[in-house]
Amino acid sequence: MKSDSADRKPRTVVDLRTAYRGGTLLPSRAFVDVFEGIKTRDADVHAYIDIFDDVKARAERADELLKKGDSAKSPLLGVPIAVKSNILIKGKRATACSKILENYTAPYDATVIKRLRSAGAIFVGSTNMDEFAMGSSTENSAFGVTHNPHDLSRVPGGSSGGSAAAVAMESVPAAIGTDTGGSVRQPASFCGVVGLKPTYGALSRYGVIAMGSSLDQVGPLTHTVADSELLFNIMRGVDPHDATTYPDGTYPLVEKKERYRIGVPRDFLGKGIDADVLVRFESALKDLADAGHTIVDIALPYMEKGLAAYYIVVFAEISSNLARYDGMRYGLHVSGDNLLDDYLKTRREGFGKEVRRRILLGAYVLSAGYYDAYYGKAEIVRTLMREELASAFRDVDVIVTPTAPTPAYKIGEKEDPLSMYLGDIYTVPVNLTGVPALSVPMGTVHRDGQTLPVGIQFIGPHAGEDRLFDIGKRFLNE
Amino acid sequence: MEIADVKHLAELSRIALTDEEARELGAEFDAILGYVAQVTEVSVDIAAVHTVGAHANVLREDVETNEPGIYTETLLNAAPERNGEYIQVKKIFEDRQ
Repeated sequence: MKSDSADRKPRTVVDLRTAYRGGTLLPSRAFVDVFEGIKTRDADVHAYIDIFDDVKARAERADELLKKGDSAKSPLLGVPIAVKSNILIKGKRATACSKILENYTAPYDATVIKRLRSAGAIFVGSTNMDEFAMGSSTENSAFGVTHNPHDLSRVPGGSSGGSAAAVAMESVPAAIGTDTGGSVRQPASFCGVVGLKPTYGALSRYGVIAMGSSLDQVGPLTHTVADSELLFNIMRGVDPHDATTYPDGTYPLVEKKERYRIGVPRDFLGKGIDADVLVRFESALKDLADAGHTIVDIALPYMEKGLAAYYIVVFAEISSNLARYDGMRYGLHVSGDNLLDDYLKTRREGFGKEVRRRILLGAYVLSAGYYDAYYGKAEIVRTLMREELASAFRDVDVIVTPTAPTPAYKIGEKEDPLSMYLGDIYTVPVNLTGVPALSVPMGTVHRDGQTLPVGIQFIGPHAGEDRLFDIGKRFLNE
Repeated sequence: MEIADVKHLAELSRIALTDEEARELGAEFDAILGYVAQVTEVSVDIAAVHTVGAHANVLREDVETNEPGIYTETLLNAAPERNGEYIQVKKIFEDRQ
C-alpha cells in the first residue's frame, strides 16, 4: 500500500523501514506516535500489561545508528514490536498473565527475542494473554480482559489477544505471540491481521513459557504477509538451546508455483460454521479460482477427530509443564502448615480456573487405567492425521479453511469451556501435525450493526512457509 | 465424575479445592471427557511410526554450558525465601519417633 502523504504514519514494518532509510522519519519520532497510539486507545482495548521504560532511550540510540548508516546490517532497526507476556525478555516481567508469575522477572532472553533485538527491533511492552496461553479469547487473563479494537464489546480472540489487538489498534506494526492450538491465527482472524504459525521446530522455544511442548510455536502478528515473512526469517533457525529446532534440508523442498492446487476439506466445514463466514470463505475461493488456481475438494476424515485428540494431548502436556510452579524457586509463594500445604495453597491461589481445570484433566488422561484409552489413542490419531495430510499434499499444494467458525463473539458469551474449545476446530490439526499455517484477512461480516473481520487459513506441508507467504501475498494483492 | 475422584486428581496435581469447586469441575469434566472420548472410536492399531516429522534424538556433550556463578544471584534472588546460598523451604522429611 502506498502512503499518499508524507504525514501518513507508516503502518507496516516495510513502510517504516522505507521511511527511516529515506530520511523522512526518525525512530524517536515514530515512537512518539507509538506512545500516542497506546495512550489514545489502550485505556479501552487493554492490549498491554506492561510498557517498558527503556524504549525512549533505545529509540534515540536507533536514531544515531540510523544516521551512521548501520541500517543495512539491521533489517529491523528502530522497529517497535509488542511481545506476548509468556516470551522472556531479560530484566522484564514475564507473567504468562498468571498470578503465580505476577512478579517474576525474566533472567534471560528468549532466543527469538535475541534475534529480533540483534536485527535492531525495539520491544515496546508486553501484551495481555489468556493465562498460560490457555484459552481462545484472552478472557482468562489474571490481569483483565482485552477488547477487540473493531468492537470493544467483543473478544480479540486468544490466547495472543493482546498481541493481535496491539497491531490491529495500530499502536505497533508488529507483535509476536505463541500458537499451541490456534493462539496466533485465531486472534489474527478476529482482529483482521495476518498471523503465522510456523512449522514445529522452525522457531526456537527457548525462553518461551511452555504450555504444550510438542505443539507450541512462536508466531508473528502483522498487517501484511511481507512483514510476517520478514520477522519469520529473522527469528528462524537452529538453536542449540532447543533440540526440536531443525536445520535446512530436513524436510523436502516446498516450491512456489505459478498456479496452485488448493484443497478444501468440504466435509470438515459442515459443522457449526457461521453462515456469513461460509459466504466469505466461498467468495475467497472464487477469488482464488479467478486468479488461476484450481480448487479441489478433498476429504480429511481424521482431521475431524483432531479437536478431541488435541484436548487430550494438550491437557497431558499442560499437567506436566505446570508442575514446575510450586512456589519454591520463583513466583508466588503461599505459606501453609507444611510443605505439602505450601504446594496446595500456592497453586490454588496462583492458578486461575481454566488452568486448574486443564491440569486436573491432564492428570486424569495420564493416570493408570486411562493412559492407553485417551492419551495413547490421541497419539495414534495424531499419527494418522500426519499421514492423511502427507497424502493430501501429494495431490494438492495448499489446504484452505476458514481460520475460525465464527467472527469475534461477545465478551462473556462463551462461559461453557467446551463451547470455547469447539472454536479451535480448524486450527488445532495444524499444531498436532506440526505443519505451518497462515491466517490472512478475507473480508468482513456484519453482526449487530458492527463490521467484524474474518480470516482464511492457508495450510502448507512441513517447511512450506515460502509457499504460504507466496499465496498469502497474492491473495492480499501485496 | 464423583467429587472424590476430582479431589483425588487435585491432590495428585497439588492444588487445594473446595467440595463445591470439585462438584462444579466434575460436571465440566463429564462434558469434556464425553467429547474427547471420540478418539477411542478410532480402531486402527498401529506402531507409532511417523512418516513425516520423524523423531530423532538430538544429543550434546554432557558438559557444563554456562560459566559457573553467572546466574546464581539472579536465581537466588527470585526465590521466595533465601538463606545465604540456599533456597529455604519447609521440612521435607518428617522426624520418625
